[in-house]
Amino acid sequence: MKIKSTDIADTFAEAFKMWASRVVITAETRQWAMAAARSMTGFATSVIGCKCEAGIERELSADVTPDQRPGVSVLIFATDAEGLGKRLVERIGQCVMTCPTTACFNGLDAERTVMVGGQLRYFGDGYQNSKQIQHRRYWRIPVMDGEFIVDESFALQPAVGGGNILIIGRDLKTTLRAANASTKAMREIAGVILPFPDGVVRSGSKVGSKYKTLIASTNDAYCPTLRGIAPESNVVDGANCVLEIVIDGLDVDAVSRAMQAGLHAAIKPGIKQITAGNYGGNLGQFKIQLKDLLEEAA
Amino acid sequence: MSLELSMHTRPQVPLEAELLGPDKTLGLDSKAVSGLQIQHGNEQVTVGDFFKVKGKGEGAIHLEGDLARVKLLGSGMTTGKLHIHGDVGEHLGVGMSGGEITVDGNAGDWVGPEMAGGRIVIKGNAKHLAGSAYRGSAAGMLGGEIFIHGHAKNEIGHGMRNGLIVIGGNAGDFTGVNMLAGTIVVLGEMGIRSGAGMKRGSIITMNPAEMLPTFSYDCIYHPVYLRLLFRALRTQGFNISDAKLTGKYQRWSGDSVELNKGEILVFTP
Repeated sequence: MKIKSTDIADTFAEAFKMWASRVVITAETRQWAMAAARSMTGFATSVIGCKCEAGIERELSADVTPDQRPGVSVLIFATDAEGLGKRLVERIGQCVMTCPTTACFNGLDAERTVMVGGQLRYFGDGYQNSKQIQHRRYWRIPVMDGEFIVDESFALQPAVGGGNILIIGRDLKTTLRAANASTKAMREIAGVILPFPDGVVRSGSKVGSKYKTLIASTNDAYCPTLRGIAPESNVVDGANCVLEIVIDGLDVDAVSRAMQAGLHAAIKPGIKQITAGNYGGNLGQFKIQLKDLLEEAA
Repeated sequence: MSLELSMHTRPQVPLEAELLGPDKTLGLDSKAVSGLQIQHGNEQVTVGDFFKVKGKGEGAIHLEGDLARVKLLGSGMTTGKLHIHGDVGEHLGVGMSGGEITVDGNAGDWVGPEMAGGRIVIKGNAKHLAGSAYRGSAAGMLGGEIFIHGHAKNEIGHGMRNGLIVIGGNAGDFTGVNMLAGTIVVLGEMGIRSGAGMKRGSIITMNPAEMLPTFSYDCIYHPVYLRLLFRALRTQGFNISDAKLTGKYQRWSGDSVELNKGEILVFTP
């Protein structure tokens, strides 16, 4: 299917079951809330190398946060609930508790929970105490600017990771511009994050490698520099750059809607093709067909 | 339909009505409730001797009349609602673990002693020893909430181990005496010797308070948890200004004659 001059490949994004948690970080100012959120979502681009994927979902105004201070909502994903619990403790402990003036709250309502504040409390060395307010227990951990307030437990819910689109463009500048427009559109959708730097990844990967110790390696089929020598190249004629946007979401509907918004925003002059990454449908539990996204939009 | 009890004869001596709770009257019709035996001074009487009863026990009771001499209402209550449209006597909700008691008027001594859960709302004033331990008991209130919108007298939260007590007006002396844990908020003024002998727990006051010499001054800071607590209290009808919600508080630690892990927070405009 072609929209304007951009071909939309008849393929699908293959997405995976994951577990997710929403963390609401508040602070005295927007700057400090954002500083903690950036720190917490750093080095969280891919479960392959980072054990989790995380990103900023949106900024929160003071009137919607639990303590009426400026806030940021962060989504964090991992392949299993146990691992996600560990990442929450590590990242809230190292990135949020350390940041001046912050407090940290559970932002999901789900049955399964994991102790976070209930573990971090031991940092208080016996000076910590808890308060139960409206059936939620918060831990107060003394720190050098006052107290760090953190929910005792955080909820975890089943989620979806690995939604994606690949933007294949005439040149770097054109493709970057389309990718930026696409991520901007995707960020309007609630319940999703784009875990890569500013939402865009250039080092798309395939499963496996010629080197036995590596579980993933460069996606040679989409590397323009390998068009002539790769076993099979998907870099279409006239294209010289490919950028990928990966989407993780709280459910498949949110991921689909983000892909749909991003796909349409990426259709620009000079974008030769928009396609999606998959593994032949053999690995992921969810198949998100690009043509379905176009039909829904129509 | 709820049970409605209207007092037709005012007792001359205290009436001990511990059987009048929404769970203890569940499934009983008006005749059965009228026949319940209660203690009037040193004699056994029936509920019907003092109350006109209507309706059926389905988890809610409304009581009307001057109940200032009716004691032990809602004792051991586990669930349901008990609404007292007027004043009430001593030992309201003793040992309750669930449900909600609302008093439109004033309450006597010993509101919610040793309660473990549920909520008691007093729209008027309460007398001494709300949420306290009985003499000789190891601990007072173990959980739940007591909201007194008016004033309260001495020894509020004596020996309390958990839960929340909020006084909308002033509190008397010895607030939080021998407190083990939990939270007491006094929106008005607080008497002397607050927190004497406290081990853990928090006493929060909006007005300057005289500290015992066994309390030590820590700092002035912005306790974020008060934002959470005060927002919750606003939903219960307590008038807490933004200045107090976001404001600075002096923190005092004590009591050093005990564990020294308690705190008194004093609003500092």
